[in-house]
Amino acid sequence: MAKSRGKSVLPGFRLTLGFTVLYLSLIVLIPLAGLVVKTAGLTLPQFWETVTSPRVVASYRISLLTSFFAALVNAVFGLLVAWVLVRYRFPGKKLVDGLIDIPFALPTAVAGIALTSIYAPNGWIGQLFDPLGIRIAYSPIGITIALIFIGVPFVVRTVQPVLQELESDMEEASVLLGAYRWRTFRKVILPELVPPLLTGFALAFARGIGEYGSVVFISGNMPMKTEIAPLLIVTKLEQYEYSQATAIALVLLILSFGLLLVINSLQRWSNRRLRSS
Amino acid sequence: MAGAVTTVTAVSNEAKPKHLTEARWVRGVLIGIALLFVGVVILLPLVTVLLEAFRKGWDTYWAAIKHPDAISALRLTLTTALIAVPLNTIFGVAAAWAITKFTFRGKNLLITLIDLPYAVSPVISGLVYILLFGAQGIFGRWFIDHDIKIVFAMPGIILATMFVTFPFIARELIPLMETQGNQDEEAAVSLGARGWRTFFRVTLPNIKWGLLYGIILCNARAMGEFGAVSVVSGHIRGQTNTLPLHIEILYNEYQYTAAFAVASLLMLLAIVTLIIKSLIESKLERSKHGD
Repeated sequence: MAKSRGKSVLPGFRLTLGFTVLYLSLIVLIPLAGLVVKTAGLTLPQFWETVTSPRVVASYRISLLTSFFAALVNAVFGLLVAWVLVRYRFPGKKLVDGLIDIPFALPTAVAGIALTSIYAPNGWIGQLFDPLGIRIAYSPIGITIALIFIGVPFVVRTVQPVLQELESDMEEASVLLGAYRWRTFRKVILPELVPPLLTGFALAFARGIGEYGSVVFISGNMPMKTEIAPLLIVTKLEQYEYSQATAIALVLLILSFGLLLVINSLQRWSNRRLRSS
Repeated sequence: MAGAVTTVTAVSNEAKPKHLTEARWVRGVLIGIALLFVGVVILLPLVTVLLEAFRKGWDTYWAAIKHPDAISALRLTLTTALIAVPLNTIFGVAAAWAITKFTFRGKNLLITLIDLPYAVSPVISGLVYILLFGAQGIFGRWFIDHDIKIVFAMPGIILATMFVTFPFIARELIPLMETQGNQDEEAAVSLGARGWRTFFRVTLPNIKWGLLYGIILCNARAMGEFGAVSVVSGHIRGQTNTLPLHIEILYNEYQYTAAFAVASLLMLLAIVTLIIKSLIESKLERSKHGD
């Protein structure tokens, strides 16, 4: 890293950096700046009125709450799945490991209609809960389930490598000192897993807040009840309420960027721990 | 590794020594819960797609796939990926070269900016292009005057797809090229090789598996993107409908079997992508151990 730009003998610095910056500006930066410019067309009271209207606030609340619970479920089960995949042997392990990536690769619309048909009142799982008076599809529970599906790989894939790198010396020492397995896990292993767990949680949470395709089918889209923020943006666009859509989007965007910064510092922390251990 | 979204991991198959693992029944219970979770959350939806797609038999399935609207959606999806993926590949290679071969100010900022599209909701990724090129958009007037349609037409769909899949390849290549260092290229250059020759003869063979890995993931996302494309497409049947949007239309018209039939095509794409991915991963693992 100490080498300066002038010293590198390799060619292509201007060409590649120039192209990178140009392409980044055209595809990402200018369009995003356009969003800010368009919002600036609103006066502050107009902007405020839009983003604090009850329907908009409700949509933020639903998005945040369902994403939070989904990320929480994924943190618990993601840790368990990662643990089982790294530490134990069982038939079909390779297959299970491969299945973890399905939510990354499966188009969200496909996931959306499949989950809806499973959890609808006449679906395989939905009909088990319907007599109990519990509606899964077309309720916040359904939204949470879709977001759990979307978020599975984030926690598993961040915890897995750390668990793999974990040296067994510490565990050995703990066992030699007479600690029980559960105590060893809590006092020796779990602290090492906190950074990747938090990173995975934050990644799943951030993805959940913006998610659209897998949720629209199962959510039922009732304003104030099951309308997520991204859907409200689409609804406003379809009604040609461009400035309102833009204002709602800007708040969501700021929230996501805030999370991105948190995730970046979490990852740096996690990497530092990994290297120093 | 910086790219948390796709990390290469190997599933090791050696068992831990006895005193460092749990009692047999604990292992059994934990494995059981994990399998149940993965089974219900991930496997069940996949099985559902297949069962629903073939519920009314092969003929209905085939009719849904062969429908002109489905064919034109497939064509649009392929065209979009064929344009968006190569452009993002060129960008990814250029960005990774600039970032890993040179030191310059603002490098970390650049990496963060490349990551931005990961953090943006797909809906917003589509919205920004409407705000730029839509009828009321910043450049909207100019494009209308010149009779160029961007939004609610193919260019908008391609742009939105490019935005969403923007970081994939760069994100795969940067950590890979970082660990490989500059020695090989520096040796080639000092022996008198020109820049392009160095790249094609030295760098490309070194990164080919990582690059391919990035390309197939980028492609899967490009073909499956729903939210961003949905906002800019305008949903004109047979014209601006991609496969995922076609699924939505069929589903909303209560043509469930047809919707799931088309969905099964995209599911096949996802599964093939993951199989290629795991093949590449074992290649990468082997080349790492070979060093």
